[in-house]
Amino acid sequence: MADIKPRIKVPKTAKKGELVEIKTLVSHVMESGQRKDADGKTIPRKIINRFTCEFNGKPVCEMVLHPAISANPYISFFVKVEESGTFGFAWYDDDGTVYKAESKIDVTA
Amino acid sequence: MSTGTAATRRTVIKQVGAGALAAGGLLLVAPSARADLAKAQKLLKELIGEKVPQEGKVRLDMPQIAENGQTVPLTAAVDSPMTPDNYCKVIHILADGNPEAGVCSFKFTPANGRAEFSTRMRLAQTQNVWAVAEMSDGSVWMTKTEVKVTIGGCGG
Repeated sequence: MADIKPRIKVPKTAKKGELVEIKTLVSHVMESGQRKDADGKTIPRKIINRFTCEFNGKPVCEMVLHPAISANPYISFFVKVEESGTFGFAWYDDDGTVYKAESKIDVTA
Repeated sequence: MSTGTAATRRTVIKQVGAGALAAGGLLLVAPSARADLAKAQKLLKELIGEKVPQEGKVRLDMPQIAENGQTVPLTAAVDSPMTPDNYCKVIHILADGNPEAGVCSFKFTPANGRAEFSTRMRLAQTQNVWAVAEMSDGSVWMTKTEVKVTIGGCGG
Protein backbone atom coordinates (compact mmCIF):
# COMPACT_ATOMS: atom_id res chain seq x y z
CA MET A 1 0.00 0.00 0.00
CA ALA A 2 1.34 3.34 -1.05
CA ASP A 3 0.09 5.20 1.99
CA ILE A 4 2.16 3.17 4.43
CA LYS A 5 5.57 4.70 4.87
CA PRO A 6 7.93 3.82 7.69
CA ARG A 7 9.88 6.68 9.21
CA ILE A 8 13.04 6.03 11.17
CA LYS A 9 15.46 8.17 13.09
CA VAL A 10 18.94 6.73 13.54
CA PRO A 11 22.09 8.76 14.18
CA LYS A 12 24.38 8.94 11.12
CA THR A 13 27.53 8.52 13.16
CA ALA A 14 28.48 7.09 16.55
CA LYS A 15 31.49 6.09 18.59
CA LYS A 16 32.35 2.42 19.06
CA GLY A 17 30.42 1.02 21.99
CA GLU A 18 28.00 3.97 22.09
CA LEU A 19 24.38 3.48 23.01
CA VAL A 20 22.27 4.96 20.22
CA GLU A 21 18.54 5.58 20.40
CA ILE A 22 16.45 4.48 17.45
CA LYS A 23 12.98 5.89 16.86
CA THR A 24 10.55 4.41 14.38
CA LEU A 25 7.07 5.34 13.24
CA VAL A 26 4.93 3.76 10.58
CA SER A 27 1.64 5.15 9.28
CA HIS A 28 -0.92 2.42 9.79
CA VAL A 29 -4.57 2.35 10.90
CA MET A 30 -4.02 -0.55 13.37
CA GLU A 31 -7.68 -1.49 12.98
CA SER A 32 -8.40 -3.37 16.19
CA GLY A 33 -11.15 -5.68 14.93
CA GLN A 34 -13.41 -4.51 17.75
CA ARG A 35 -14.94 -1.45 16.11
CA LYS A 36 -18.23 -1.54 14.25
CA ASP A 37 -19.18 0.44 11.16
CA ALA A 38 -22.40 2.44 10.67
CA ASP A 39 -24.35 -0.75 9.80
CA GLY A 40 -23.23 -2.49 12.98
CA LYS A 41 -20.88 -4.84 11.16
CA THR A 42 -17.50 -5.49 12.72
CA ILE A 43 -14.63 -3.88 10.84
CA PRO A 44 -12.09 -6.67 10.26
CA ARG A 45 -8.83 -6.54 12.16
CA LYS A 46 -5.81 -5.19 10.29
CA ILE A 47 -2.78 -4.41 12.37
CA ILE A 48 0.97 -4.66 12.24
CA ASN A 49 1.54 -7.73 14.40
CA ARG A 50 5.33 -7.83 14.45
CA PHE A 51 8.30 -5.52 14.17
CA THR A 52 11.93 -6.58 13.83
CA CYS A 53 15.26 -4.81 13.82
CA GLU A 54 18.52 -6.31 12.63
CA PHE A 55 22.05 -4.99 12.29
CA ASN A 56 24.31 -6.28 9.50
CA GLY A 57 21.93 -9.21 9.11
CA LYS A 58 21.98 -10.20 12.79
CA PRO A 59 18.73 -9.88 14.78
CA VAL A 60 18.82 -7.16 17.44
CA CYS A 61 15.30 -7.07 18.77
CA GLU A 62 11.72 -7.89 17.97
CA MET A 63 8.34 -6.68 19.14
CA VAL A 64 5.01 -8.50 19.03
CA LEU A 65 2.13 -6.06 18.67
CA HIS A 66 -1.49 -6.54 19.68
CA PRO A 67 -4.51 -4.40 18.76
CA ALA A 68 -3.93 -2.34 21.93
CA ILE A 69 -1.05 -0.55 20.21
CA SER A 70 -2.15 2.86 18.93
CA ALA A 71 -2.60 3.74 15.26
CA ASN A 72 0.63 4.79 13.53
CA PRO A 73 2.71 2.65 15.87
CA TYR A 74 5.69 4.41 17.37
CA ILE A 75 8.53 2.27 18.73
CA SER A 76 11.81 3.46 20.15
CA PHE A 77 14.66 1.51 21.72
CA PHE A 78 18.43 1.43 22.16
CA VAL A 79 21.24 -0.37 20.38
CA LYS A 80 24.89 -0.56 21.39
CA VAL A 81 26.92 -0.20 18.19
CA GLU A 82 30.34 -1.80 17.86
CA GLU A 83 30.95 -1.43 14.10
CA SER A 84 29.74 0.46 11.05
CA GLY A 85 26.87 -1.10 9.22
CA THR A 86 23.25 -1.08 8.22
CA PHE A 87 20.15 -1.37 10.33
CA GLY A 88 17.27 -3.24 8.73
CA PHE A 89 13.75 -2.70 9.99
CA ALA A 90 10.63 -4.67 9.06
CA TRP A 91 6.97 -4.32 9.95
CA TYR A 92 4.68 -7.32 9.34
CA ASP A 93 1.07 -6.60 8.44
CA ASP A 94 -1.84 -8.98 9.18
CA ASP A 95 -2.44 -9.23 5.42
CA GLY A 96 1.05 -10.61 4.84
CA THR A 97 2.65 -7.41 3.56
CA VAL A 98 6.07 -6.55 4.95
CA TYR A 99 7.15 -2.91 5.08
CA LYS A 100 10.90 -2.43 5.17
CA ALA A 101 13.36 0.33 5.85
CA GLU A 102 17.13 0.62 6.18
CA SER A 103 19.54 3.05 7.74
CA LYS A 104 23.33 3.20 7.66
CA ILE A 105 25.51 4.21 10.56
CA ASP A 106 29.22 5.11 10.60
CA VAL A 107 31.01 3.98 13.72
CA THR A 108 34.38 5.47 14.63
CA ALA A 109 36.80 4.12 17.17
CA MET B 1 -46.45 27.05 47.92
CA SER B 2 -44.61 27.71 44.69
CA THR B 3 -41.17 27.63 46.38
CA GLY B 4 -42.11 24.34 48.04
CA THR B 5 -42.90 22.69 44.73
CA ALA B 6 -39.67 23.91 43.17
CA ALA B 7 -37.58 22.50 45.99
CA THR B 8 -39.32 19.16 45.77
CA ARG B 9 -38.86 18.96 42.04
CA ARG B 10 -35.19 19.77 42.34
CA THR B 11 -34.69 17.11 45.00
CA VAL B 12 -36.50 14.53 42.93
CA ILE B 13 -34.40 15.28 39.85
CA LYS B 14 -31.22 15.04 41.90
CA GLN B 15 -32.18 11.72 43.41
CA VAL B 16 -33.26 10.21 40.09
CA GLY B 17 -30.11 11.45 38.43
CA ALA B 18 -27.82 10.05 41.09
CA GLY B 19 -29.67 6.73 41.05
CA ALA B 20 -29.39 6.42 37.28
CA LEU B 21 -25.68 7.19 37.40
CA ALA B 22 -25.04 4.66 40.12
CA ALA B 23 -27.04 1.94 38.34
CA GLY B 24 -25.36 2.67 35.02
CA GLY B 25 -21.95 2.59 36.60
CA LEU B 26 -22.57 -0.72 38.30
CA LEU B 27 -24.01 -2.37 35.21
CA LEU B 28 -21.33 -1.20 32.82
CA VAL B 29 -18.17 -1.38 34.84
CA ALA B 30 -18.31 -4.12 37.44
CA PRO B 31 -18.83 -7.38 35.49
CA SER B 32 -16.63 -6.45 32.52
CA ALA B 33 -13.78 -5.25 34.75
CA ARG B 34 -13.71 -8.59 36.54
CA ALA B 35 -13.73 -10.51 33.24
CA ASP B 36 -10.88 -8.42 31.87
CA LEU B 37 -8.77 -8.97 34.98
CA ALA B 38 -9.24 -12.74 34.62
CA LYS B 39 -8.22 -12.46 30.94
CA ALA B 40 -5.02 -10.65 31.88
CA GLN B 41 -4.17 -13.26 34.52
CA LYS B 42 -4.80 -16.06 32.02
CA LEU B 43 -2.58 -14.43 29.42
CA LEU B 44 0.17 -13.86 31.97
CA LYS B 45 0.11 -17.58 32.73
CA GLU B 46 0.39 -18.38 29.00
CA LEU B 47 3.38 -16.05 28.70
CA ILE B 48 5.43 -16.99 31.75
CA GLY B 49 4.01 -20.37 32.75
CA GLU B 50 3.93 -21.32 36.41
CA LYS B 51 6.60 -18.82 37.45
CA VAL B 52 5.68 -16.29 40.10
CA PRO B 53 6.73 -12.75 39.25
CA GLN B 54 8.67 -10.79 41.88
CA GLU B 55 8.16 -7.11 42.54
CA GLY B 56 10.86 -4.73 41.37
CA LYS B 57 13.58 -4.34 38.74
CA VAL B 58 11.13 -3.43 35.99
CA ARG B 59 9.96 0.15 35.58
CA LEU B 60 6.90 1.36 33.70
CA ASP B 61 6.51 5.06 32.97
CA MET B 62 3.05 6.19 31.93
CA PRO B 63 0.98 9.29 32.61
CA GLN B 64 -1.25 9.01 35.71
CA ILE B 65 -4.13 10.53 33.80
CA ALA B 66 -4.68 10.02 30.08
CA GLU B 67 -7.12 12.46 28.56
CA ASN B 68 -7.38 10.41 25.40
CA GLY B 69 -7.17 6.64 25.60
CA GLN B 70 -6.42 6.35 21.88
CA THR B 71 -2.77 7.04 22.31
CA VAL B 72 -1.07 6.85 25.68
CA PRO B 73 2.74 6.93 25.76
CA LEU B 74 4.56 4.25 27.71
CA THR B 75 8.19 3.50 28.46
CA ALA B 76 9.23 0.21 30.01
CA ALA B 77 12.73 -0.44 31.28
CA VAL B 78 14.56 -3.05 33.29
CA ASP B 79 17.44 -2.34 35.59
CA SER B 80 19.79 -5.02 34.25
CA PRO B 81 23.17 -5.37 32.61
CA MET B 82 22.96 -6.49 28.99
CA THR B 83 25.80 -8.98 28.75
CA PRO B 84 25.44 -12.31 26.90
CA ASP B 85 25.17 -14.25 30.17
CA ASN B 86 22.97 -11.82 32.05
CA TYR B 87 20.36 -9.80 30.22
CA CYS B 88 16.66 -9.05 30.01
CA LYS B 89 15.08 -11.34 27.42
CA VAL B 90 11.64 -9.82 27.05
CA ILE B 91 9.24 -7.27 28.50
CA HIS B 92 5.54 -8.06 28.16
CA ILE B 93 2.96 -5.30 28.51
CA LEU B 94 -0.56 -6.29 29.59
CA ALA B 95 -3.68 -4.26 30.30
CA ASP B 96 -6.31 -5.60 32.70
CA GLY B 97 -9.21 -3.44 31.49
CA ASN B 98 -8.96 -3.69 27.71
CA PRO B 99 -11.04 -6.00 25.47
CA GLU B 100 -7.82 -7.95 24.85
CA ALA B 101 -5.26 -8.22 27.63
CA GLY B 102 -2.16 -8.35 25.42
CA VAL B 103 -0.52 -5.07 24.45
CA CYS B 104 2.93 -6.00 23.23
CA SER B 105 6.04 -8.04 23.95
CA PHE B 106 9.45 -6.58 23.29
CA LYS B 107 12.26 -9.12 22.90
CA PHE B 108 15.79 -7.89 23.55
CA THR B 109 19.24 -9.28 22.80
CA PRO B 110 22.50 -8.24 24.49
CA ALA B 111 23.13 -6.08 21.37
CA ASN B 112 20.52 -3.64 22.66
CA GLY B 113 22.83 -2.50 25.43
CA ARG B 114 19.90 -1.24 27.46
CA ALA B 115 16.61 -2.97 28.27
CA GLU B 116 14.29 -0.11 27.50
CA PHE B 117 11.66 0.64 24.88
CA SER B 118 8.87 3.13 24.28
CA THR B 119 5.62 2.95 22.37
CA ARG B 120 2.05 4.25 22.49
CA MET B 121 -0.97 2.23 23.49
CA ARG B 122 -4.77 2.28 23.63
CA LEU B 123 -6.68 2.17 26.90
CA ALA B 124 -10.41 1.43 26.86
CA GLN B 125 -10.97 2.69 30.41
CA THR B 126 -9.22 3.45 33.68
CA GLN B 127 -7.16 0.37 34.51
CA ASN B 128 -3.85 -1.12 35.54
CA VAL B 129 -1.11 -1.63 32.98
CA TRP B 130 1.33 -4.43 33.79
CA ALA B 131 4.94 -4.73 32.76
CA VAL B 132 6.44 -8.20 33.13
CA ALA B 133 10.13 -8.81 32.47
CA GLU B 134 11.76 -12.17 31.88
CA MET B 135 15.50 -12.37 32.50
CA SER B 136 18.07 -14.72 30.96
CA ASP B 137 18.48 -16.45 34.35
CA GLY B 138 14.78 -17.35 34.32
CA SER B 139 13.60 -14.89 36.96
CA VAL B 140 10.44 -12.87 36.30
CA TRP B 141 9.81 -9.34 37.54
CA MET B 142 6.64 -7.32 37.44
CA THR B 143 5.17 -3.92 38.12
CA LYS B 144 1.70 -2.38 37.71
CA THR B 145 0.70 1.19 37.06
CA GLU B 146 -2.80 2.62 37.21
CA VAL B 147 -3.76 5.00 34.43
CA LYS B 148 -6.96 7.01 34.68
CA VAL B 149 -8.64 7.44 31.32
CA THR B 150 -11.01 10.29 30.49
CA ILE B 151 -12.01 9.15 26.98
CA GLY B 152 -11.63 5.46 26.12
CA GLY B 153 -9.67 4.32 23.12
CA CYS B 154 -11.34 1.17 21.87
CA GLY B 155 -14.93 2.23 21.16
CA GLY B 156 -16.43 3.34 17.88
